Amino acid sequence: MVRWKPLGLGIAALALLAVVTLAAAQMAGPTPEEQAAEAEAQSEAARATPDSEPADFPLYPDPGRPREVVPENEAEAPEKVVAGLSSDAVSITTNFDGSDILIYGAVKRETPIPKDAPLQVIVTVEGPAQPLTVWRKERKLGIWINAERVRIGAAPGFYAVATTGPLDQILLPEWDERFRISIPLAMRAFAGPVEVSDTVPFTQALIRLREQSGLYRLDQGSVTLTEETLFRANIQLPANLIEGDYKTRIFLLRDGQVVDVYRAPIEVRKVGLERWLYRLAFDWPFIYGLMSLAVAVIAGWGASTAFRLLRRG
Amino acid sequence: MQIYLPIAEVVVNPFTLVALGGIVGLMSGLFGVGGGFLITPLLFFIGIPPPIAVATGANQVVASSVSGVLAHVKRKTVDFRMGLVLLVGGLVGSWLGVMVFNILQRLGQVDLAVQLCYVVFLGLIGLMMLQESLRALSRSRQASAPRRRLHEHMWVHRWPLKMKFRSSGLYISVIPPLLVGLAVGVLAAIMGVGGGFIMVPAMIYLLGMPTKVVIGTSLFQITFVTAFTTLMHAVSYNTVDVMLALLLILGGVVGAQIGTTLGAKLRAEQLRILLALLVLAVCGKLALDLFLTPDDLYSIASGAR
Repeated sequence: MVRWKPLGLGIAALALLAVVTLAAAQMAGPTPEEQAAEAEAQSEAARATPDSEPADFPLYPDPGRPREVVPENEAEAPEKVVAGLSSDAVSITTNFDGSDILIYGAVKRETPIPKDAPLQVIVTVEGPAQPLTVWRKERKLGIWINAERVRIGAAPGFYAVATTGPLDQILLPEWDERFRISIPLAMRAFAGPVEVSDTVPFTQALIRLREQSGLYRLDQGSVTLTEETLFRANIQLPANLIEGDYKTRIFLLRDGQVVDVYRAPIEVRKVGLERWLYRLAFDWPFIYGLMSLAVAVIAGWGASTAFRLLRRG
Repeated sequence: MQIYLPIAEVVVNPFTLVALGGIVGLMSGLFGVGGGFLITPLLFFIGIPPPIAVATGANQVVASSVSGVLAHVKRKTVDFRMGLVLLVGGLVGSWLGVMVFNILQRLGQVDLAVQLCYVVFLGLIGLMMLQESLRALSRSRQASAPRRRLHEHMWVHRWPLKMKFRSSGLYISVIPPLLVGLAVGVLAAIMGVGGGFIMVPAMIYLLGMPTKVVIGTSLFQITFVTAFTTLMHAVSYNTVDVMLALLLILGGVVGAQIGTTLGAKLRAEQLRILLALLVLAVCGKLALDLFLTPDDLYSIASGAR
């Protein structure tokens, strides 16, 4: 074993103290009263701005705005989606390394194909939403630390959009906003009071980071459409998938407007050992912890015994 | 081949993890260090989220210290009474540490705090190891070392609540060992380490314990404190990934045994310089991450509290 100096120990203790003090200083954030006042000011600001959104593409969600409920599949829709999925369940096993889902279908219509505008198809697959926080680092005292944050109440853990063409050409912004199709609109709402002046860079960063890890994907032109009737899209699910109920939506568009929507669920579940461990860890954490310890103790003791026997024998 | 970790929800190569555990185990066998302080930052580097790396690191330390403490119990080099006093301090410290961890997580500063702790402590350990091994090298040339007294009477011996520690041959206040245990417990919870690298020098220089019982006693305390820490992390944050732990332990225990055998045959001074340099390299990499402008200023943390 190494021999040490008490001096080093003193420095170590000081360093620990410094870290704890830093944490305590950080804790002294805004008081509840301040937060309440801030929230009130914000809701007032939201009321003051009229409901007309600038039609900039892509759109970024407005925190004060609930998701609209849109009447769908009206009986008089001239064209309707008939679709199927290659599988409606994905199993995460121990050696899971991603999965492909084939989404295919046809357009059902009683009238001849309209000649004016070409038919377009958009397919989206959306994972379960989770609350999350986007942090921005700032340099303080020479080191980079998380300084500003935007809390997002619900952002899908996975979101893929596949289209027959460039999204900004086949979809009008108001229809995008209505059905929340493009990636920025998939995020629902901010959680708690907004603490930064401009949330857009944070939302952009979230999308960029998730696109880099393959969790958000925009595949323009990846849906193949034949004879304005048959379509197919291949959606890749990455290996770092979380479990939950995934939603598939298929939009038929003409002239940038949504003509029909079809929805289907995909169930993503951990199975076998993965599922068992996950459930145990969250439903019976104490037993799970004891089991982890037992594994450690048995492995530690077992290995030393085995090696001793090996050396003797 | 890839494997999906059920709790971390990350896909990793299992052979990388076994190899990682093996290398760290090899070092712990060679040099008698716990290895927790190397395994947790290495897990950061391969993309395991820090909370899971810390909690699982603690679980891995349980495995390596259990096999160590068993060997010492057999050799009767464990001061159980001192171990228990240190343990009481350690459990309180671990509980405190998990609380601090929770607060840091809520503030979004957990990565920073863990990284800072690592930079400071790895830097200290690396420098001390380097200095110690350089001195050992020069001493082995001079061949004679100055004699040390059995133990010295220091300020800690004047505190109240005195207790007899027969195996250590000490009659001292229980407050200093409690405080040492507490500090180590906090570190164990925040950094996912055993804390032997702090406790061993503290036991020798602050408590004045004889060197022969120091390692066994510290391993005894570490086993229980890290076990408690693992349980706390598992219960409060569900951040222990048993699959990850198993792969690390598998590599670790085999590596440790090979390391112990090798260590008995090799001259450790030169190797120890290498370890010191490696520790400093890991420290340097972590420090650079803190000081250099990051590739992306933004990061995503789960939960919106």
